[in-house]
Amino acid sequence: MEQIVAENVSKYYTVPPEKGGRNHERLQVLTNVSFRVERNEFVSILGPSGCGKSTLLRMLAGLDRDYEGTIRMEDVDLKKNRVPVCYMLQKDHLLPWRTLMENVLLPAEIEGADLKKEAEAVRPMLREFGLEEFENYRPHALSGGMRQRAALLRTYRMRGDIMLLDEPFGALDEITRMQMQDWLLDVWGKHRKTVVFVTHNIEEAILLSDRVLVMSPRPGTIVKDIRIDFQRPRNRDMLLGSQFLGYKKDILASLG
Amino acid sequence: MDWLPVGFSLAILVTWYVVVTWHDVPEFILPSPVKVIEELIGSWDLLLEHTLVTISEAFLGLFISIVLGTAIGFAMGYFETFRRMVYPLFVMTQTVPLFVLAPLFILWFGFGILPKIVVVFMVCFFPIAVTFAQGLVQSDSGMDDLLSVMGATRWKIFRISRIPQALPHLFSGLKIAATYGIVGAVLAEWVGAQKGLGVFMTRAMKSFRTGVLFADVLIIVLLSMLLYKAVEWVERIVCRNITNGGKIT
Repeated sequence: MEQIVAENVSKYYTVPPEKGGRNHERLQVLTNVSFRVERNEFVSILGPSGCGKSTLLRMLAGLDRDYEGTIRMEDVDLKKNRVPVCYMLQKDHLLPWRTLMENVLLPAEIEGADLKKEAEAVRPMLREFGLEEFENYRPHALSGGMRQRAALLRTYRMRGDIMLLDEPFGALDEITRMQMQDWLLDVWGKHRKTVVFVTHNIEEAILLSDRVLVMSPRPGTIVKDIRIDFQRPRNRDMLLGSQFLGYKKDILASLG
Repeated sequence: MDWLPVGFSLAILVTWYVVVTWHDVPEFILPSPVKVIEELIGSWDLLLEHTLVTISEAFLGLFISIVLGTAIGFAMGYFETFRRMVYPLFVMTQTVPLFVLAPLFILWFGFGILPKIVVVFMVCFFPIAVTFAQGLVQSDSGMDDLLSVMGATRWKIFRISRIPQALPHLFSGLKIAATYGIVGAVLAEWVGAQKGLGVFMTRAMKSFRTGVLFADVLIIVLLSMLLYKAVEWVERIVCRNITNGGKIT
């Protein structure tokens, strides 16, 4: 069943004069974007920087309703209503004055849920996320990878069956990034959710996704929809085979 | 503790002492540091009486500035319309020369403590309100987005993220206010008062007792520094975990 349906989505920005825009100049960021995502599917949106992929994700998160076309999520028109989703950005956005646990409890706190109960539910997950002993640490005492895992755990604790991840590993070094990808595959294998994953890393997109949507440079549109047929659970060895190179070639060709 | 500024200041004091003694500078022109201390001890009872008056004026003025400054700073950070409405006005209040306003305040509010409190407020309110508002307005749009997706209202976004983030800004305003508080009160007394370090200062000047004048100034400096340090101490406790690394430099 389709959980997200985007049809002919276009987006214009009016560039304000103080940012160098001439009178009422309209900049088109997205043009006729259409795609569908099925329940529990892992879909990557891949494209060069500035192609509007983050803008698209903000629309899916309900943060931006100023666009043409329609986006329906769980049969709700996002222009009219919001659907709760899990959302994560490149920066970890952990509050430095809160402990790791207090940061992970944030979604529950905002909803006004019972925090004691939530903490009991989070504790077993801390182990899974490799953060077991760090419950009471403040973010600055954690490594980059740990902070990103904490941010992802907080994302997991948000209400909603859809995860929108905007280059979540973009700020990490190559080695940490690889560990995070392996570990995301592992966690996602256990707790399935629908994922829309924005990235500009081709390898990452192929390794993680069921489908890769390739976007053109601005004004962005989807130029290719590639199904990745590797079986799950996946591992890094797949990145060495000829099938992987075939996908990579395909993506590079559509990126022009 | 950093001993470099301490050593440097000591060196200046010694030079001062040597020059004054060496050249036999008359005391009413420039008293030696030793003479200043002597006057401080000699006129202690009188100085203390005046100091207490100045302290109460400065403290009351600062207290009102902190309460109103924080409240109005918050309102400026939260309501954009309000900020646009009042901000230019606040800037204007800072450009009107205080030595013009101070006599007017006496005309309006009499010779009592009130005009002094108003002068202190005029000086201290501005940095507090402006720094706090600025801290609140400066925000990480990603953080706001994230909290909003979690379902946070604007008020909750402020409570959870923006207010704590603005506290270091607020404290830099408070530190500026702390250094101005005593001087503001003294300036107001200068224009007209019965008691206070400002009054005592004018008397010392008129009678050419420069040593006492310096002792008076010394008290002003020490009080201001003490206030500054007190604010810094509170800041360290409050902001311990707000800035990254848990340290404030």
